[in-house]
Amino acid sequence: MPLDRRAFIRGSALTLGGALSLRRLPRAGAAQPTIWDRRSLQRLRIWDLHGHLTGVGGTAAERIRWILRYARRLGIERVVFFMGLRFRRNPAPREFRRDNDDLMRALEAAGEHALGFVYLNPNYPEESLQELDRCVRNGPLVGVKLWVAARATAAGVLAIVRRAAELRVPVYQHTWYKTTGNLPGESTPEDAARLAAACPGAKIIAGHTGGQWELGIRAIRRRGNLWAGLGGSDPTAGMVEMAVRELGAARVLYGSDCPGRSFASQLAKVLGAEIAPVEKRLILGANLRRLLTAALAAKGIPVQP
Amino acid sequence: MIVDVNVHLGRWPFRYLRHDDPARMAKKLRSSGVGQAWAGNFDALLHVDLDAVNHNTALWCRRWGGGLLVPLGSVNPRLPDWQTTLLRCVQRHKMPGLRLYPGYHGYQLDDPAVGELFRLAQQHRLLLQVAVRLEDPRTQHPLLQVPDVNLAPLQGLLKAFPRVPVVLLGALRSVSTRELEAMMDWGPLYVEISMLEGTAGVQRLLQRVPRQRVLFGSHMPLFVLESALLKLMESELSQEEQEAIRHRNAQVLLSGKKPS
Repeated sequence: MPLDRRAFIRGSALTLGGALSLRRLPRAGAAQPTIWDRRSLQRLRIWDLHGHLTGVGGTAAERIRWILRYARRLGIERVVFFMGLRFRRNPAPREFRRDNDDLMRALEAAGEHALGFVYLNPNYPEESLQELDRCVRNGPLVGVKLWVAARATAAGVLAIVRRAAELRVPVYQHTWYKTTGNLPGESTPEDAARLAAACPGAKIIAGHTGGQWELGIRAIRRRGNLWAGLGGSDPTAGMVEMAVRELGAARVLYGSDCPGRSFASQLAKVLGAEIAPVEKRLILGANLRRLLTAALAAKGIPVQP
Repeated sequence: MIVDVNVHLGRWPFRYLRHDDPARMAKKLRSSGVGQAWAGNFDALLHVDLDAVNHNTALWCRRWGGGLLVPLGSVNPRLPDWQTTLLRCVQRHKMPGLRLYPGYHGYQLDDPAVGELFRLAQQHRLLLQVAVRLEDPRTQHPLLQVPDVNLAPLQGLLKAFPRVPVVLLGALRSVSTRELEAMMDWGPLYVEISMLEGTAGVQRLLQRVPRQRVLFGSHMPLFVLESALLKLMESELSQEEQEAIRHRNAQVLLSGKKPS
């Protein structure tokens, strides 16, 4: 079936409320750099959706400083981190509170170069809601991270997501379709789509785009309040092109899953994609800034779109 | 100048790829600063007539490469008369090496036929590439799940045939750098960076693996070329390290291994 790229680009632009003039959109096939340097990357104003503090040594502050040093080498302006100094699949409330404390300590050391999402466990809904208020409504964090403690269709998730919607912050829901089999509490993109349908006011990110992105993109494409998070999978060619084709560029978000993944491999998915330069800018940073606008404004953090 | 030791011509069985056309691939490589690319052929994964596959690999490299693409043949030592296929790679196609797919061809490296293959490789001064992994096992097609290659038998093979250089393709997600450090003592073993992950990955790899053993590999067209290119930018590398990985190691390896 022939693909109408202009229609996709138009869809992306319209999702942005007409902020971009169609006449200014270069063609996808227009000449673009194939060799990037730091300065040309800085001009893209890259914000990274997906970072962790695990896998490297030192205190929280030392870890985040070390990771950001390499982010800067690739021109990345800001990285969103979540979870603590170690991965806990089903953390008790005292554990996720400790993780979030570690994260907030790291963010203090990072200054304006990092942001954070609160890590919650839907198996403890009451405690999670309290933590959401502590860290987001009354604290510095600007989103919610849900991992593999419970699937996105589990009972405790909906209350968390509704509260996040009230606070106008996005929810990053880890999703995978693993040929080798998912963990018991591991969500698929279809789970995320059901969650998005149940809470249409929420802004939900399907993490990893499901890993098997050809399945993941299909699963989320009919839900306008679902975004595709690109980070944390191999840099296979075609991922970003399909995401833009099916979702529109405005619903696609660059992230790295650092430090387990390299910034390079994950940035390359976008930089090497055959899409228009304006679509790359959206995916690499503008979309995330827009998604976080309300949360940042509530905390008095100025941000240029 | 970059030498990319891991590209494929032919068709990936599960997806259309933008650069799976030899002309488009050559154009992309050239525009990205790659001056030489060692090319296998995805058709070798599932085709049985590997003589035809190797013929096409050589033909496409000549027709579209203009000196850019270096053809590597494929041999499956489980097939009848694989020895003739190997000899054709050497004599007819003048290939400097072979790319092996033990996972897709269904054998282990401790298969006695692999020893015979190494003996012939040494005799004909071929380098060998072993495709340890082509795709994350979590994303493989459910009807074609291919495990990573067990590399333990390589220790004995490299001891028995110390003049056969072996390049591991896609090994760096399945073998830890700590394991690799020990494996470097086995003999002339090399790795490429296409599946290397982690912040500052190349720099961290070089803390355990000598820079002379690390090669630039993109795994194009399944992976985007920019991934490997940007890894060299992400890590803090000396000029010496950059040059070694970008081209010098591969050039030395190939110059010593041209078929007689």
